[in-house]
Amino acid sequence: MKRYSVFAIAREALRHHTGWERAWASPEPKPSYDVIVIGAGGHGLATAYYLGKNFGITNVAVIEKGWLGGGNTGRNTTIIRSNYLQDPSAAIYEKARSLYETLSQDLNYNVMFSPRGLLMLAQTHHEVRGYMRTVHANLLQGVETEWIGPEQVKRLVPIMNIHGPRYPVLGALLQKRGGTARHDAVAWGYARACSAMGMDIIQQCEVKGVRSEGGLVTGVETTKGFIGTKKLAIVVAGHSGQVAEMAGFRLPVEAVALQALVSEPVKPCIDVVVMANTVHGYMSQSDKGELVIGGGTDSFNNFTQRGSFHHIEETLRALVETFPIISRLKMLRQWGGIVDMTGDRSPILSKTPLGNCFINCGWGTGGFKAIPGSGWAMAELVAKGEPGALAAEFGMDRFREGRFIDESVAAGVAH
Amino acid sequence: MLILECPYCGVKAEETELSPGHEAHLKRFGPGSSDEDFESYMFARKNPKGVHFERWRHSYGCGKWFLAARCTATLEVFGTYPAQTSEPPPDIVARIKARRPEWEGYK
Repeated sequence: MKRYSVFAIAREALRHHTGWERAWASPEPKPSYDVIVIGAGGHGLATAYYLGKNFGITNVAVIEKGWLGGGNTGRNTTIIRSNYLQDPSAAIYEKARSLYETLSQDLNYNVMFSPRGLLMLAQTHHEVRGYMRTVHANLLQGVETEWIGPEQVKRLVPIMNIHGPRYPVLGALLQKRGGTARHDAVAWGYARACSAMGMDIIQQCEVKGVRSEGGLVTGVETTKGFIGTKKLAIVVAGHSGQVAEMAGFRLPVEAVALQALVSEPVKPCIDVVVMANTVHGYMSQSDKGELVIGGGTDSFNNFTQRGSFHHIEETLRALVETFPIISRLKMLRQWGGIVDMTGDRSPILSKTPLGNCFINCGWGTGGFKAIPGSGWAMAELVAKGEPGALAAEFGMDRFREGRFIDESVAAGVAH
Repeated sequence: MLILECPYCGVKAEETELSPGHEAHLKRFGPGSSDEDFESYMFARKNPKGVHFERWRHSYGCGKWFLAARCTATLEVFGTYPAQTSEPPPDIVARIKARRPEWEGYK
């Protein structure tokens, strides 16, 4: 892999950009691998990357039914934060956020991480108490967040109406180190780095079955034939349940659609990420000037990647009240992603009934921000066969044992 | 937009008038059951990409709970029926089989 640098740009400028190489190879599958990762989204590619980087395991294939980064990695609202209430969540999301800070240098690929700050608005007295509690918890966890009053919110976001008739802004939780990153670039950067380590990223290759013998996975049946493996990592988000079913076990997850939309591009008007959980809306401005807007999920099982229109209406109604300036903006695009929700709204990084098969799923509506931390913890789980400190609490046996990581209470809806 | 016909009041209700209640025909396990049975009853919901049986409530209408057969991949509705049933009625099953010949039946 040729490194990207200012010298590379100068060199290519002099020879009419004829020397750029493909960012990653597209090989045919080998007969077998040490590890197969199903799912070339952010989490799957990060798992493969840290398997190579932290554990020296590079005989790895990442297989993907569509194109890499084409699922939820390419469909989210790119928010990065780690202001969680519970210790296990704060630990893994903060690990992820801290890895994001140096990810561009680490991958030699610009993921455009922008720690522009993130506000979670408190618009009811219940939320005020809840976020103050989170700020105190974050102090103990070593996650830097603070509570700010409505005047300071107004100073940070001048376009906000803090005296809304239904939901006045009573204050906010501010995480200055939170922000956004370019979501596609995260997948592309990891893919390029994996490919450079000699891993095979095999796109357009759908898993049709999981073959096992005596409680151990021997390989996967795919649309490109059988591929053998010593270990299997299932990292597929929306369709985790379907792949788990192939492997012969059922997950405590249900799939629902989550929608997002972007406006026409406008001049810079908001330079922090604003989340308003009471009214189910969050908003930031992309580098192109579009306002990137996310809302709540549908509440019924759904695999259509569309979502219901009335949720958009709810989200926009609330955001127009909070940001009256956007009332005449046109929305350019709307889309949906399929997210898998667990009972406690926390992810699953777990061993499975098959000894050499591991699963990473259940990130619900908040997976993008976790990509580096999730890959880091999953790689450790796959390499050692046992979860490390980051993943230990996220095993799926927690449902049987009643050890929930109850973030649905802490984070409301926009997780 | 998802539209379900309430089997009690006959209103064709769109989804803002309804509240979803997740998987139908659950077999309940309580005190005395094994940990596995209780865990699967509490958490391991069916999550098919395809034919699914669900509970719905006509919450902004007659207020009654009913059941619906629906495809989660296309949002096609196969039919709705009263909640006082322990498995999908034959006419609903026949309608699904006609539309989805590859469907393996209710399990």
